[in-house]
Amino acid sequence: MNDIVSTIAIMSGITGFLAFLLTLAKRTVGDYGMVDITINGKKKLEVRGGDTLLSALSSEKIFIPSACGGKGTCGYCKLKVIEGGGAILPMEEGLISVEEIDAGVRLACQIKVKEPIKIEIPEDLFNVREYKAVVRKIEDITPKIKHLVLDILEGGEIDFKPGQYVQLVAPPYAESDESVQRAYSIASCPTDKNFIELIIGYVEGGVCTTYVHKYLKEGDSVSFNGPFGNFFYKDNDREMIMVAAGTGMAPILSILRAMKSSGIERRCLFFFGAKNRDDLFFMDKMQNLEESLFDFEFVPALSRIGPEDDWEGERGRVTEPLLKHLEHIENKEAYLCGSPVMIDAIVKLLIEKGMDEERIYYDKF
Amino acid sequence: MTELNPFVLFTASIFTSNMILANFLGMCSFIAVSKDIKTSLGLGQAVTFVLTFTTVINYFLYKYVLIPMNLEYLRYIVFIISIAAFVQLVEMIVERHLPVLHHALGIFLPLITVNCAILGVSLFMVIRRYSFIQSLAFGFGSGVGWTMAIVALAGLKKRLNESRVPKGLRGGGITLIITGLMALGFMGFSGMVQIS
Ligand SMILES: Cc1cc2nc3c(=O)[nH]c(=O)nc-3n(C[C@H](O)[C@H](O)[C@H](O)COP(=O)(O)OP(=O)(O)OC[C@H]3O[C@@H](n4cnc5c(N)ncnc54)[C@H](O)[C@@H]3O)c2cc1C
Ligand code: FES
Repeated sequence: MNDIVSTIAIMSGITGFLAFLLTLAKRTVGDYGMVDITINGKKKLEVRGGDTLLSALSSEKIFIPSACGGKGTCGYCKLKVIEGGGAILPMEEGLISVEEIDAGVRLACQIKVKEPIKIEIPEDLFNVREYKAVVRKIEDITPKIKHLVLDILEGGEIDFKPGQYVQLVAPPYAESDESVQRAYSIASCPTDKNFIELIIGYVEGGVCTTYVHKYLKEGDSVSFNGPFGNFFYKDNDREMIMVAAGTGMAPILSILRAMKSSGIERRCLFFFGAKNRDDLFFMDKMQNLEESLFDFEFVPALSRIGPEDDWEGERGRVTEPLLKHLEHIENKEAYLCGSPVMIDAIVKLLIEKGMDEERIYYDKF
Repeated sequence: MTELNPFVLFTASIFTSNMILANFLGMCSFIAVSKDIKTSLGLGQAVTFVLTFTTVINYFLYKYVLIPMNLEYLRYIVFIISIAAFVQLVEMIVERHLPVLHHALGIFLPLITVNCAILGVSLFMVIRRYSFIQSLAFGFGSGVGWTMAIVALAGLKKRLNESRVPKGLRGGGITLIITGLMALGFMGFSGMVQIS
């Protein structure tokens, strides 16, 4: 018995002493004092040195998108460092292209703030905040997709551009012991500032979607941060071609609602791809928009429907009806939303047809 | 072996009993960081520094804590913890005062923690019952030997860049072959002193 106690005591003594030494070192050697971060040449922050740029900024309530939570794998936290970031790290090289390196792009989660640092971030990110909300509604709109309405608490209001997304926080729950953040496009209209709507599909084994689909209930509190993203409505008079599949409907719906609420008069065609009728949703909303928007047409295309089935709309992949409408490409721009495979195929097709790459906007889910 | 002169031990750990070329310990960073002479030298210095100090620290921990308490069997865990703590300390200091070296070493500095040469030296010291001065000489010598081997390999690899290595052997393959040849070369020294 005695040797058990003495073994534990000695081991604790040795580890305790080493831990003490390291804490002391962190306080002395690891203390970089207060360091200035200058953002876009005008805003100055004073933060405690030694931390990563990403966490230094988020502790000052400036949120940079960070889908992997700072592990250096997603590449979302890119920003421009003008001065003071040190040389590029091996971890960053995999996610930053040579052109970006030349332009000073770095990963905010990998570089540490140890000396005064000058960075550039899109002005919009100042608008990013953390929001607490409560689930007003969560319901199935297809067997695999849920529609969520989240009421923002404490008089908070969200300002976003139609097409942008938020990062929803899934806390640890029975099937996951870490908190994760995932991007979801806002489906509601920007004039509705007190709540947001999301359309969330179920991904087998997915951490966040399992939480949303199996655990989240009406009345629960959730938090999210945003808005992020540069996929949003661009104001001009070109004809709009929209293509989406599944939950890719979300940002497009937000754009259409925004166009309706500000009375925009543009021709607009929306091609929506689905497998069968079960995968179609919000048909009433689309019909309503067809009636109320200036010149809008909704074209659903079903890919898994047989010739004998009773369906009068387009059959086959969404690219087929799209091609029919692409005889004249002049003065058109495209908004695409869906899986990377679908987007890549459509972008290729549009470019082949002669559309200027700069007029193709997309979000890959 | 306790009567070995520390100076002999120092020389032997560089040449005849080289950590890499005779014992094959510390191979992962040896192969991964040996692309550039300057970085290899930096890592070699860091390894030498860590080796020397952890051997000394572990010597005291073993002699004055573990032996009196009859806890020798805990040496693996105690040595590993002390090495990990020491490396962390060194990392903080290097990050603060030698940023260029810190950048060059990147992820490899913390990885010294799991460099088996470091634990190997502490364990050899215990198994071979070295005195304090002997341990110091052995730790320091092993570090110098490791540095010499990695710098030599970096030099050879530099020459390799200009030679036509068969495609299937490029990278790891040719590096291992070269290491084997270096080890063969170093066997030539082995008649001088034997320490194990
Ligand atoms: C800008 C942006 C906007 C987005 N908007 C929406 C939206 O409005 N609605 C929505 O439902 N999703 C949207 N997503 C996708 C969303 O962010 C998540 O990636 C998705 O919900 C899966 O998260 P998860 O935590 O459940 O799965 P994870 O735990 O991240 O993934 C589990 C496994 O599933 C795989 N996986 C991840 N996503 C998919 C997928 N979509 N299909 C098949 N396999 C997958 C992963 O590779 C992994 O192996 C958006 C993504 C981006 C980048
Ligand atoms: S947060 Fe994902 S790479 Fe930085």
